[in-house]
Amino acid sequence: MTERPQTSGSVAGMPAGAADDVTEAAVAVADGGKEPAGRGGRDLRQAVEAGTSSSHRAALRKKRMRDNIHGYIFMAPQLIGLLAFMIGPLVFAIILAFMKWDGFGSREYVGFGNFKAVFENEQFIQSWKNTAWFTALQVPALMISAFIFALLLQRTGKMKNFYRACFFAPQVTATVAVSVIWLWLLNPDISPITGWLKQVGLVAPDWLQDPNFVIPAVVLVSVWQGLGYQLVMFMAGLDNVPSSMMEAASIDGANEIQKMFRITLPLISPTILFLSITSIIGSFQVFDYIFVFFDTTAPAFGRTIVYEIVQTAFREFNFGVGAALALLLFMMLLALTGLQLIAQKKWVFYTE
Amino acid sequence: MSTATADATGVPTTGKPRKERIRHRPITIGQVILQILMAIASIAMALPFLWMFFSSFKPLEEIFMQPPKLLPMNWQPQNYSEAFDQASAGGAWYASGFPLAFFNSFYISTVVTLGTLLTSAMAAYAFARIRFFGRGFWFMLFLSTMMVPGQLTIIPLYIIMGQLDWVDTHLPLIIPPILFNAFGVFLLRQYARGIPLELEEAAAIDGAGRFRIFVSLILPLLKSPMVALGIFTFLGQWNNFFYPLIFLNSSDKFTLPLLVNQFKGAYSSNWAGIMAASTITALPLLIVFIFAQRQIVEGIALSGSKT
Repeated sequence: MTERPQTSGSVAGMPAGAADDVTEAAVAVADGGKEPAGRGGRDLRQAVEAGTSSSHRAALRKKRMRDNIHGYIFMAPQLIGLLAFMIGPLVFAIILAFMKWDGFGSREYVGFGNFKAVFENEQFIQSWKNTAWFTALQVPALMISAFIFALLLQRTGKMKNFYRACFFAPQVTATVAVSVIWLWLLNPDISPITGWLKQVGLVAPDWLQDPNFVIPAVVLVSVWQGLGYQLVMFMAGLDNVPSSMMEAASIDGANEIQKMFRITLPLISPTILFLSITSIIGSFQVFDYIFVFFDTTAPAFGRTIVYEIVQTAFREFNFGVGAALALLLFMMLLALTGLQLIAQKKWVFYTE
Repeated sequence: MSTATADATGVPTTGKPRKERIRHRPITIGQVILQILMAIASIAMALPFLWMFFSSFKPLEEIFMQPPKLLPMNWQPQNYSEAFDQASAGGAWYASGFPLAFFNSFYISTVVTLGTLLTSAMAAYAFARIRFFGRGFWFMLFLSTMMVPGQLTIIPLYIIMGQLDWVDTHLPLIIPPILFNAFGVFLLRQYARGIPLELEEAAAIDGAGRFRIFVSLILPLLKSPMVALGIFTFLGQWNNFFYPLIFLNSSDKFTLPLLVNQFKGAYSSNWAGIMAASTITALPLLIVFIFAQRQIVEGIALSGSKT
């Protein structure tokens, strides 16, 4: 606010000579002369500065000073948190990844030894594969089903809020409670699903013991729980598709499939990008379900990367290898997000 | 017009115009199929909850009955008191049981929610409205940390908390999320930027300082995004499993999800008790959700479009 006089107010308070200079400069600009215009600009600045009294400048400096102090007072709590609980630990984690340390004895620099240990451990490799398999199944399953249900839900009229509530309820429920319910539903000996399947002549697989079914079972549970969030995001995106555009397309004779691929999908492509970035990040971090299902004894085909990080760092207290695993996960996520941001230029359509 | 028709047909006037519009819409076969399909899908989504809820009232022999029945034949609410007793009689791990875990979860979630709302709003206001040295740099730093997975920082955090003697206390679950919430700062900053500058200038002319302006002008105007952020934070804290799992060892410090997990491990065949424990954890938030559905859903849609 006090900055304003610098531009408009001080012109009025300028000495007569300075005002003449300004007029000259203005004329020069109007004449279209490049050289005089450049000089005129300089003159103008000088004139303005000459016109600003020293007490005014002092006030300005005082205000800047006060803004700096106020800014940092308001920022203080979050800045302390950023440094103490994010930047500090991040730097510490990167150092740890090159150290051998159990938290008590002496720290020892091991170079890339921890990373070598990660790549030479067959179980870790299997766990990376399990995690990638989980992501490859879960992200498309989640996004496609959420999109289809969002399209259907758009047309349900009065019942929309009720249906949406049913879809969203698992989202507000603790993953532990969700996992415990499904631990039962996925156990073929006691699950009611086995009984129902038997009535129609089908045999339920032993979801959590059969190596081929562990990851698909976790996918099933996580899609059930995550559907509500993506559904709401897609519905918000679909609400922004102008109905006038759809009507115009209909008049031009476009069929439903053409409208879908030519209008709806391009218009909600920013939502698709946002969801695909966040859900890939989320799916690479899957942990809670697996830990509740198996505790510390998950089978080789059911272990994920975050599960390995927790086991390595907090059961074996091998902080160095744990940090190396976490750092690799972070770089993987950075690379996947970077790739999606590069690829978006080809398919994401921004209206603004 | 609507009053006149209402008088003629004797239908109460409230909600009249809407009703009329719906009645005139033709009911197509497509609509009927759609409604049936969505109803089935909704039931499928809700069924695990219903199963959990009703099973928590069943005697054990009914739980394993084949073919299964949803509703209990003999209601047995004492499953809950038995789960409480087992949780408190199960030795050191369960010394204090569910009421204490409920209390722990509740107070941690509440304190974190209130704290993070205050610090996030303060930082959001500074980012949106105060020109201070290094503002752009700090903002970029806040944004880029949103990419960092919690599993990378948890190992150093655990070591730091060990040095501070905070392991097995609630402090590692309370202090970091209050002092650092990049998503919250970003969300509120997007809204704070939209507050008209004139309002602030008018308040300044009236002699209000920065702090007065923040408390009596900015905070009330940020109410709706703060309600949304508050709900998200509370949900996230109440349901949090990873951080309590790493930082807590003693059962009297346990939060609800942690106790449910331990209970499941110790009484693995008592499914009625386990379902009762899950119901205690899930039901409060499901009830909150039913009443705050609009705020939660709109908040999520808005946070998506703002980011």
